[in-house]
Amino acid sequence: MRGTRKPAIVATAVAAALTIAACSSSSSSSTSASSSSTGSSTTTKVTLTWWNNGNTQPLLGVWQSVAAAFHASHPNVTVSIDPIQSDLFVTKMPIALKSDNPPDVFQQWGGGQEATQYTSGKLANLSSLTSSWISELGTAAVGWQVNGQQYGIPYDQHVVGFWYRKDLFAKAGITAAPTTIAQLESDDAKLKAAGITPIAVGGGSRWPDAFYWEYFAVRECSESVLQSSIKAINMTAPCFTQATKDLTAFMATSPFQGGFNATQAQTGAGSSAGLLANGKAGMELQGDWETSVVPALTTNKNIVSDLGWFPFPQVPGGAGNPTAVLSGGDGFSCTTGASEPACAEFLQYIDSTPVQEQLVQKANIGLPANSAAESVLTDPALQAAAKAHDTAAYQAVYFDIAFPTNPGQALDNALADFFAGKGTNETIINSVSSSSGH
Amino acid sequence: MARTQGAIAAGREATSRPAAMAGRPPRSRRRLRKAAELTALLGPPIVLFVGFVIVPMIFAAWYSLYNWSGFGPLSDFIGFQNYSGVLTGPVFHQALLHNVIIAVLSLVIQLPVSIGLALLLNWRVRSRTVLRLAVFAPFVLSEATAAVMWYELLQPGGPVDALLEAVGLGGLVHYWLASTSLVLYTVFAVATWKYIGFGIVLLLAGLQGIPPELREAAAIDGATPWQVTRTITLPLLAPTIRIWIFLSVIGSLQLFDLVWIMTMGGPANASSTMLTYQYVNGVERTQFGYGATVSVVLFVISLVFALAYQRYALRRDTAGALTRAVM
Repeated sequence: MRGTRKPAIVATAVAAALTIAACSSSSSSSTSASSSSTGSSTTTKVTLTWWNNGNTQPLLGVWQSVAAAFHASHPNVTVSIDPIQSDLFVTKMPIALKSDNPPDVFQQWGGGQEATQYTSGKLANLSSLTSSWISELGTAAVGWQVNGQQYGIPYDQHVVGFWYRKDLFAKAGITAAPTTIAQLESDDAKLKAAGITPIAVGGGSRWPDAFYWEYFAVRECSESVLQSSIKAINMTAPCFTQATKDLTAFMATSPFQGGFNATQAQTGAGSSAGLLANGKAGMELQGDWETSVVPALTTNKNIVSDLGWFPFPQVPGGAGNPTAVLSGGDGFSCTTGASEPACAEFLQYIDSTPVQEQLVQKANIGLPANSAAESVLTDPALQAAAKAHDTAAYQAVYFDIAFPTNPGQALDNALADFFAGKGTNETIINSVSSSSGH
Repeated sequence: MARTQGAIAAGREATSRPAAMAGRPPRSRRRLRKAAELTALLGPPIVLFVGFVIVPMIFAAWYSLYNWSGFGPLSDFIGFQNYSGVLTGPVFHQALLHNVIIAVLSLVIQLPVSIGLALLLNWRVRSRTVLRLAVFAPFVLSEATAAVMWYELLQPGGPVDALLEAVGLGGLVHYWLASTSLVLYTVFAVATWKYIGFGIVLLLAGLQGIPPELREAAAIDGATPWQVTRTITLPLLAPTIRIWIFLSVIGSLQLFDLVWIMTMGGPANASSTMLTYQYVNGVERTQFGYGATVSVVLFVISLVFALAYQRYALRRDTAGALTRAVM
């Protein structure tokens, strides 16, 4: 009897060791009926399977009503929604795009990640299908191009800047938002003197750390150096090293909360957004989505109106335009196949002014991709963020998105290591160019 | 399918068989029946095992030879370059070292504590069932739940810190998850809390299997309780302990969920394990060829350990012999 257990034990070990291998080796060969119809969406029935990251309210409900309204005006097109938490797209998309039945519409953050997905050959080129209206988005859609062709369409735009507690600034005697790093550091000292942690950062989530270094790089590097470095996946230009020096000097003033390396960005009251929401920190460098994140993390019903916004301060002597912003956005891509025309129509509908206004008012998406809808932004802090975004000399896409996925993630990790005191300028600079070296 | 054919064949034989031989089924019929039984019983597990273990393994080994982002065809064959990347990378060495540290700490700390608690809970003490339930409860929680719970408890100024301060141990308060020198041990402590119940239940089952007569006889012969435990109970518990060690080491090598949710292997890889390394470098960075390589390396390490342990430690148990100490 005991003898039969022998192979079973080995099998358990083998099975457990291989679970992870199984995760990375799935390539479904089953075919879907989701987009089996042919021809234009206006004449034949089409079902669009839609993977989006609106898995919580209010976005969940808004997307449902958008899908229903689109179906009402396009009876031949049914939109089947599949809400998926953002982080899961990292694992789901490679497998989906390798399969024969990828979703017809899916969440797309543009940049180098989109270029990485483009190599699957499954992303639909939407240039000709959207040429009649894409100009309404201005420069917002450029970040969703690969080789000058539109393989994705944004529905909102983001800008990173400092969110601060107006009440805590007043308590510390700060009367105006800082415009230079020196002023920011002096305000940090005032907040500390008042017993307030100056800045909360979600180091445990890694990407919030990267915002600091990237903003210093945006301030230190000229637009052309920034663009050519991103394109060449090479950060050996001296301005990036200067960014590391700036960051080192800034971190030497200990502006962050204790134990920030383990703090998550948006989960729970102990997260960096939670610390800001609960008055445990004076500021946080975050995207404009902050206003949609903080209400869930505090019992303070007026939290959004308690927050103010100012752009990342100027760095004297830097070659970057002082108005440039670190930016990005959310959008969607379509996959190749019969559903392409219907998908393009659907994305046009999402970017139409009424839907964009609905997204701003009901889903707190921040800044709409179609600036015609910005007029419905009522929160003064969001208005300030929108103004900074729209009047910026240029918008630099967050580097982890601008780079292809592998070097982008390598940079995030190198910067998180640096924040944890385990990195140097070389590990940051080399992370993107030697990202195959792990 | 085979079962049906076997039944049909058996039926045909039955009708043509001479009446005189009806008392004993012919050898061919018994063989068919045995084949049908084996097919019915072994078929499904073999299909599952091949489909979910062997085939993914082959795929992983195949992918590991390519530079592959997960998108598009496998076209960039790079031989064993991924393997040299994994095996010579300092970050992987660090992750492997963390797995080994967790495994060693499990043996040095979890095992004695588990044995001690199992011996205690084996006594006929009042509310023994409640106590057993209490130590086993954490094991029933999902890893994700336990990880989120402990992440919140261990926040700076959180409940753990508050408790330490309340009992006058405020000097022990640390950044449990943010300190690069402490975080691995914090994770180990949570893993111990989570899994100690499993070890205890396993050992309790082992204790139940020891005939009470042996202990009673020793006691009548004048052995002290400690002598009985040391010379009777523990040697007879050895097969269970060896199984626990096996499961514990394999579990330590494959630690992922708790770590990922609490720390993502950070800060700065200070709590990384081979699987967080695999996830960061294979999945997040969409280097699926490289990730597959890490899987294969982890598989080989687990397999070598499993086979060596079978060969040298479990052989006596699986051969059905009693341990030498008792004989």
